[in-house]
Amino acid sequence: MVVSATSRPGGGRGSGDPGGPPPPAGGGRGRVTPRLWVRLRRLGLPYLLILPALVLELLVHLIPMVIGIGMSFIKLTQLYIRNWSAAPSAGWSNYHLAVDFNAPVGRALLHSFFVTILFTVITVALSWFFGVAGAVLMQGEFRGRGVLRALFLVPYALPVYAGVITWSFLLQRESGLVNHVLVDQLHLFGDKPFWLIGSNSFISIIVVSLWRWWPFAFLVLMAGLQNIPRDLYEASAIDGAGWMRQLRSVTLPMLRPVNQVLVLVLFLWTFNDFNTPYVLFGKTAPQEADLISIHIYQSSFVTWNFGTGSAMSVLLLLFLLLVTAVYLVITSRRRSDA
Amino acid sequence: MRTRKPYVFAVAGALMFAAAACGNSNDSSSGGSASGGAGSSITYWASNQGTSLESDKQILQPELDRFTKETGIKVNLEVVPWSDLLNRILAAATSGKGPDVVNIGNTWSASLQATGAFVPLDDTQLNTLGGKARFLGPSLAATGAPGQPPVGAPLYSTAYALYYNKHMFKDAGIADAPKTWDELVADGKKLTKDGKWGLAVEGASVSENAHMIFTLGQQQGGDLFDSSGKPQFDSPANVAAVKQYLDFIASDKITNPSDAAYSNGTEALQDFIGGKAAMVMWQSASGTLKTGGMTPDDYGVAPIPLPDPSSGGKQIDSMVGGINISVFNSAANKDGALKFVKFMTSKQTQQDLNKAYGSLPTVTDAYDDPAFQTPEIKTYQQILANTAAPLPQVTNESQFETLVGNAMNQLFADAASGKPITDETVKAKLTEANQQMTS
Repeated sequence: MVVSATSRPGGGRGSGDPGGPPPPAGGGRGRVTPRLWVRLRRLGLPYLLILPALVLELLVHLIPMVIGIGMSFIKLTQLYIRNWSAAPSAGWSNYHLAVDFNAPVGRALLHSFFVTILFTVITVALSWFFGVAGAVLMQGEFRGRGVLRALFLVPYALPVYAGVITWSFLLQRESGLVNHVLVDQLHLFGDKPFWLIGSNSFISIIVVSLWRWWPFAFLVLMAGLQNIPRDLYEASAIDGAGWMRQLRSVTLPMLRPVNQVLVLVLFLWTFNDFNTPYVLFGKTAPQEADLISIHIYQSSFVTWNFGTGSAMSVLLLLFLLLVTAVYLVITSRRRSDA
Repeated sequence: MRTRKPYVFAVAGALMFAAAACGNSNDSSSGGSASGGAGSSITYWASNQGTSLESDKQILQPELDRFTKETGIKVNLEVVPWSDLLNRILAAATSGKGPDVVNIGNTWSASLQATGAFVPLDDTQLNTLGGKARFLGPSLAATGAPGQPPVGAPLYSTAYALYYNKHMFKDAGIADAPKTWDELVADGKKLTKDGKWGLAVEGASVSENAHMIFTLGQQQGGDLFDSSGKPQFDSPANVAAVKQYLDFIASDKITNPSDAAYSNGTEALQDFIGGKAAMVMWQSASGTLKTGGMTPDDYGVAPIPLPDPSSGGKQIDSMVGGINISVFNSAANKDGALKFVKFMTSKQTQQDLNKAYGSLPTVTDAYDDPAFQTPEIKTYQQILANTAAPLPQVTNESQFETLVGNAMNQLFADAASGKPITDETVKAKLTEANQQMTS
């Protein structure tokens, strides 16, 4: 409304061609204002065009984030959830609680953090490895390639809940298929091991996560491979490069930009993944597989202490921002050096 | 004019989003009772008491229809699964947008009371429901912190009892249900053979574990919170209680180590139904047992063993389980909501619903129905009347359940994988849980 009202004086004048040459200088005071307006309008148009997207972005992403940060500075327990403004300020005490590694809460968070790092590094490395192997092996033409490719993508296409709940059935100690194969058929263990509690739960969550994420790596790398010119392979073959040499000197270097993004995205997604451990273990994960997303959920929702949970989330956000920034700086510098 | 169009679109778009965002927050007052105008309908969130959400709807609908006929108030029913109920209630409390009436687990009473989300029932309101004396004492005690007006009326009552398989007992030459813990362990050892086990437990269920440490701790003469409300999970009595429970797997070996991973609240009972375990400690299992094909000829119900009166422990063998019905402070139709609470606690409704669910009426006058004269119900009635105690009604009760239940999950995992369970290992875990009680 505001725009159309104020644009009226300029609107009559400039309705001809906004991209035309500016009116000659020194045309008197009366012409300066419209000229400024035209300029402003030309500058402002792109911003106005992205305004709807910006408003949505604010609503969907930024505002909840800002509220979350605000929550981390108040004592938001069940006593105050009806009226947040009445919650007493906590200052930095939620953060102190989270990073005081001598106290049980901080120690548990630190433990969970290290478990998550280890879990993420292993899962991302394996997902990437399987992705590269799958994509490279599927590159050559052979019968049944389409079927195999589709098959490999199934875990990624399945709804998380359906896939992971199936895994949790497979991993049951008494009646699960995994123990049936390992113990009853192959006799690898004397006693049936637990997969969903105790130390084996860490292996279980890695296997399930790997199953879930590697198809994404496969998909992205497969797309990346299509962009490598055939000539490079032909030229290197003429130079006598074998399959291994081609992989090392042509395929992998050419995939580097893809890898840069892929590894970062996989890292962030795996680190933050809530669904997989939640469906596999339920509301409380075993200590050995106490991933940070579940840990924070527990610290806020299950114990009704949303302030502490928010403080932990903010710390996590800062950590992931730092990792992302460092990673991007390092990988871009390497690329510009090359 | 050509150039102005994009501006108009952009601004209009932005305004539309803003308007949409505002619009949403403005019509909150109408809540769920928009249709037909205020006063003529209420929204009710029921908890999942039957075998499925669908069966709950079928059981409740005739009663709701009767309510509508009597009062002219329409009830919009939604049955909420247990896994979502607490989160839904918290979200409703936070936003001020929710149903008018809701079922809550009675162990949440004090915690939810502290949020101020529910209408407290003062003496006048309780009198319209028939007065305090009409309700079972222990059930009424589980409606909020002591000394404060309750934030709901008891709706269904349950307690823990020992279910045993009569055929397996007979085959093992055991005449009666065990009366002491020594007898229970001895019977369990006789019953544990050929891939069958004496007792089944839900070792990874947070709430079940929390309930058991409460009951067994009381039997050891301990309390979870001291008189000033400070947690003391690692007191010698509580350590002994946890160890006694873990020893079913660790040293008595009457419980399948696999039970350490049971968490969804059905697995132990399924083992009992399938004849893989001869005993199980459960709340109102008769409905599920019936669905599983067991009749009262196949199983018996007895109180969980009590401690020797000379030991100094309390004669408590169960927590007071149950469901309360509460009215939201933000209810659009508070009057209708309170009428509905009165209806749900009336004699007829109590008889109909508790019969259908296999739970116990919370009001004394409902017991004259022959359906509540069965041996199983009588056993429960006695447990509730004499030897049941409510879980601590403290504001951080749910935190207690989570922390202690979780600590026990981990100890169960250790016990199942053959790691030693000693007073020290148990105490260490409980101390850790104790220290994490923050608020």
